[in-house]
Amino acid sequence: MILNKEQQAILNGEKGETLAKVMKTLVMYGDAFEAEKLVPITSEYNHLVTSFGLKVMSPVYDLMQQLLDAGVISEQKFSVDPRPIDKNVPANFLQNFVFNKFMYTKQGFYEDQLNKLGLMNKDAFTCTCYMDEVGNKPKKGDVLSWAESSAVVYANSVLGARCNRNSGIIDIMGSIVGYVPYFGLLTDEGRKATWVVKVKTTKKPEAQLLGSAIGMKVMEDVPYVQGLDKWIGSELTDSACAYLKDFGAATASNGAVGLYHIENLTPEAKEMGEKLICEGAKEYIIDDAELKRVQDNYPVMWKNADATPKLCFVGCPHLSLEQLKEWTLNIEKELKAKGIKKVTVPTVFTAAPKVLETFNKTEYAERLKATGVITSYICPLMYMNNPLCKKMPVITSSNKLRTYTSARYYTDAEILTIITGGKK
Amino acid sequence: MKVFKGRVVTPGEVTAEAVVTHEGFNTLASLQMALQFGDKEVKCGDQNNSELHGKPLIGKALCLPQTIGSTTGGLVLYCACAMKKNPACMLFSGHIDSLAAAGAVLADVWVEGVTMPVVDSLGDEFLNYVKDGMKVTVKPDGEVCVE
Repeated sequence: MILNKEQQAILNGEKGETLAKVMKTLVMYGDAFEAEKLVPITSEYNHLVTSFGLKVMSPVYDLMQQLLDAGVISEQKFSVDPRPIDKNVPANFLQNFVFNKFMYTKQGFYEDQLNKLGLMNKDAFTCTCYMDEVGNKPKKGDVLSWAESSAVVYANSVLGARCNRNSGIIDIMGSIVGYVPYFGLLTDEGRKATWVVKVKTTKKPEAQLLGSAIGMKVMEDVPYVQGLDKWIGSELTDSACAYLKDFGAATASNGAVGLYHIENLTPEAKEMGEKLICEGAKEYIIDDAELKRVQDNYPVMWKNADATPKLCFVGCPHLSLEQLKEWTLNIEKELKAKGIKKVTVPTVFTAAPKVLETFNKTEYAERLKATGVITSYICPLMYMNNPLCKKMPVITSSNKLRTYTSARYYTDAEILTIITGGKK
Repeated sequence: MKVFKGRVVTPGEVTAEAVVTHEGFNTLASLQMALQFGDKEVKCGDQNNSELHGKPLIGKALCLPQTIGSTTGGLVLYCACAMKKNPACMLFSGHIDSLAAAGAVLADVWVEGVTMPVVDSLGDEFLNYVKDGMKVTVKPDGEVCVE
């Protein structure tokens, strides 16, 4: 890799040993991809994936402390993934004990570190930092040092920013030196599609199911999706963006997709069309039967497959304002049709603190509360990632949550039926 | 015995028993619960990976196409190395992905006293040949002997 004078000086240790190690990390990371240079980060803010004070992650906090002790901090402020616990979310005595006394004992300490390292503000904890209410929304063409798979794929695909699927720790190291290695999704060539996905369903495909199918098929490749604009339109409306948020999260967690193009919809696909498709690209056709096959093949991790659900999570990744309103209307309608007043399964909707703040100022907040649904800012994945929750029959419409925990996946429509007293 | 030649991502020399996956290795799903709750064998917790689920990973030669999933992947690998609960080595049939590369580099630069050789670009034939339980020897120049 060719470094400029400033970068070489840092690597040589002229600005201290710790900063030299940060630069060495980025250079070795870039070398693994034959990156020829480092390029400046141009986004206003960074986004980090590590938000949780898990005791097991002590090596991460030790490393962060090394950075702080050496005065090696980011000039770029950042948002970070959601907090792991919230007293509003149902938990029994044992769960609370495990969360507070065993798992997340480092939460306060780590949040203090994050503040010193450059956290945007006390509410900047969400995986959907790009929501207008949160304010970390990069511009088209911006170069980022973000992590969080669902945020990276959204920034690349929907916003047209340029970011590799950086790991936690690498994210902040890029921000500290102000540069990232130039490879992969930062390059024009790396943004070309090596798969053409043809959507041939007879109805609008479930976002999280379609994303899962594509992620498992293409892994880390770039798919160019045809036929989806028929169902979600050719403009990036709130509704289309929410769909793409959920779709992308599933491609990134069920596979390793960092960028997708939706024909006639996403910015680069609108500009370049089929010129984005590499010669010899592979083809994947998705019809109703393929989506059914994918859903039917998800393993059921519950001890008793027929158990009654004890908890439902919706909002991984975090819900948008529009999604919160839409769910409110749908639940009200379903409850009315069934002649009941409240959901029959304890249900938690998760969204960014700033989105919830805005939602709470609308008439919908009281209406949703009246249905019995709880809202929270937590990361459902972090809530569930322990053996106690493994024994709990939890349902979700998040394919990311399904992938990492014992939560059972249902489509949004199925979830609506179940939480309002119907059986799947 | 068969010898494969790959590209060195992080150097080292080790001999270990192979565990093999032909699907993407989801680092977070595979390692986090085992690390969090002190599983000494670091059994794979990824329910979606039928080849690895429940198998011990600590000290093994992990043979894989690539890693997938959450971008915590690199830091989870880094933590596994810092806690000395890592695979003995990671051997990729194709080009390494950004999360595994990050984990390998973070461990190499920031963890003292732990070596986890990582070699990539070993070819599809490597992953077709190597089977669970085979003895795998990694040399510093990226040569991998499977027997």
